[in-house]
Amino acid sequence: MAKKEFVLELKQKAKGLRKEILTMIYNAQSGHPGGSLSEIDMLVGLYYYKLKVDPKNPKWENRDRFVLSKGHASPGLYVVLADRGFFPKSELDGFRKISRMLQGHPELSTAGIEFAAGALGQGLSFALGIALAARLDKKNYDVYAMIGDGESQEGAIWEASMAASFHKVDNLIVILDKNQVQQTGKTKEIMDIGDVAAKWKAFGFNVIEINGHDMQQIVTALDKASKSKNKKPTIIISSTIKGKGVSFMELNHKFH
Amino acid sequence: MQEQKAATRDGYGKALLELGKKNQNIVALDADLSDSTRSEYFAKEFPDRFFSVGIAEQNLIGVSSGLAYSGKIVYASTFAIFSERAFEFVRNVVSRNKLNVKIAGSHAGLFTGEDGKSAQAIEDIAAYRALPNMVVLQPCDSVEAEKMVFVLSDYKCPSYMRLHRNPVPIIHNGDYKFEIGKGEILRDGKDAVIFATGTMVHESLKASSILKNENIDVYVVNISTIKPLDNKLVIELAKKTNFVVTAEDHNIIGGLGSAVAEVLSENYPCLVKRIGMQDRYGESGKPEELYKKYGLDAESIAEEVLKFVKKR
Repeated sequence: MAKKEFVLELKQKAKGLRKEILTMIYNAQSGHPGGSLSEIDMLVGLYYYKLKVDPKNPKWENRDRFVLSKGHASPGLYVVLADRGFFPKSELDGFRKISRMLQGHPELSTAGIEFAAGALGQGLSFALGIALAARLDKKNYDVYAMIGDGESQEGAIWEASMAASFHKVDNLIVILDKNQVQQTGKTKEIMDIGDVAAKWKAFGFNVIEINGHDMQQIVTALDKASKSKNKKPTIIISSTIKGKGVSFMELNHKFH
Repeated sequence: MQEQKAATRDGYGKALLELGKKNQNIVALDADLSDSTRSEYFAKEFPDRFFSVGIAEQNLIGVSSGLAYSGKIVYASTFAIFSERAFEFVRNVVSRNKLNVKIAGSHAGLFTGEDGKSAQAIEDIAAYRALPNMVVLQPCDSVEAEKMVFVLSDYKCPSYMRLHRNPVPIIHNGDYKFEIGKGEILRDGKDAVIFATGTMVHESLKASSILKNENIDVYVVNISTIKPLDNKLVIELAKKTNFVVTAEDHNIIGGLGSAVAEVLSENYPCLVKRIGMQDRYGESGKPEELYKKYGLDAESIAEEVLKFVKKR
């Protein structure tokens, strides 16, 4: 159980990283702030509390894996990885710029990146493959995959979820960053994904629902998910606000 | 002596099983076609290393990629046509990241026969050839298919292997050494060269016998690696004959014919006659009936060569 003071520190960390996200996107004059700001609290919970990772040895074989399937929200992940020391903070200036490391969407050549995303709907299948490899190799690591609510409109997400539960993969934890907005408007208006908790439950998942901007709820949910080894995969449905933290960006699809 | 026949998919399944016995790191996946692709031989022997994904090709490629990323040597099979359902997964996950996923697409081409248009993939070579990092292979008999499966296990890159439903003559013996990127001269000639791939190798061999009766000697070359193409051999034989024919059970756009024409247009421009599907789809029927109707049989190939040689 995380102490109150520690949770407060994580909250402060997320606040600082929000500024870095905005700075790097401003520098690039390109990129997606909305989804980065909605996911950042969860990423802080993962990278400063939950994940067993070693920035000095990014390919450590027993590490937990984090797959960001909603790859356009790369700035959120980049600021976290830089802050944790996977690569120098000076790289953040080069985001989306030619001949620099940090690509618009993540590439495997960047330290700490576990999935080359950019095309929605692909990361969950990939994460499932990694989770199955852990079983074959008799390793104890967990695989976390973050998807979006707009992304959940991709059929491949459901192909993967069906297979994860069929193969009884309980080292796979899906995080749905349910930020309510997608490229051209509100998810409810573009293609309502309906009662997602009921859907994932029906697909055989343990379902945990939280407010994805409440750090205490985040760390509690992550603990619960990682401890849950009941031959079922788990999903944390993290209700968030796209653009969270910047008043005029919040729930505004123009800042996708 | 009775000619021995087997389908290339049989070679695939047999070799995958053998490979599984030798190497614990081999895993296989299929999208509910393991009986047809013959990956079931492996599945039955190694249920822990075989993953069924159901009828879900995108997930087939996605899960295969995650396993490959984690160090597994992955063989993912389905029908050639359905692998195309997952094309963008292949592009953005497998080939973009150079992952060690060996895709096997069976039941390719008109040779599939009775199932008709929906099943007869005639664009798969073109599609996969356009992806950076991909090796594109098509064996001409079951022995070559077996060898390919083994060679690929040591080759840590993405590949697409095109397989066939129906039996074809076995022209290789067990000593045959398959090498990625090397064409194989099956018949020597002087008047023309036929670069053939897959099932069309057999039609081309028959065509060369027909032509022999007309005193025309043609090279017949088995191009089992379409990418990377054996440019050196293609250029060398074009120089020797000045008349190049390509033969494939695939659209003439984007396949072997295009690959050969691309190389020759930059290095040794000469006439290239592309035999294959003339930018249209097939239909139901027996493979030999379809080959005759769509101009892919030995007689049609011989006729095309004759037409040109007589003009010369």
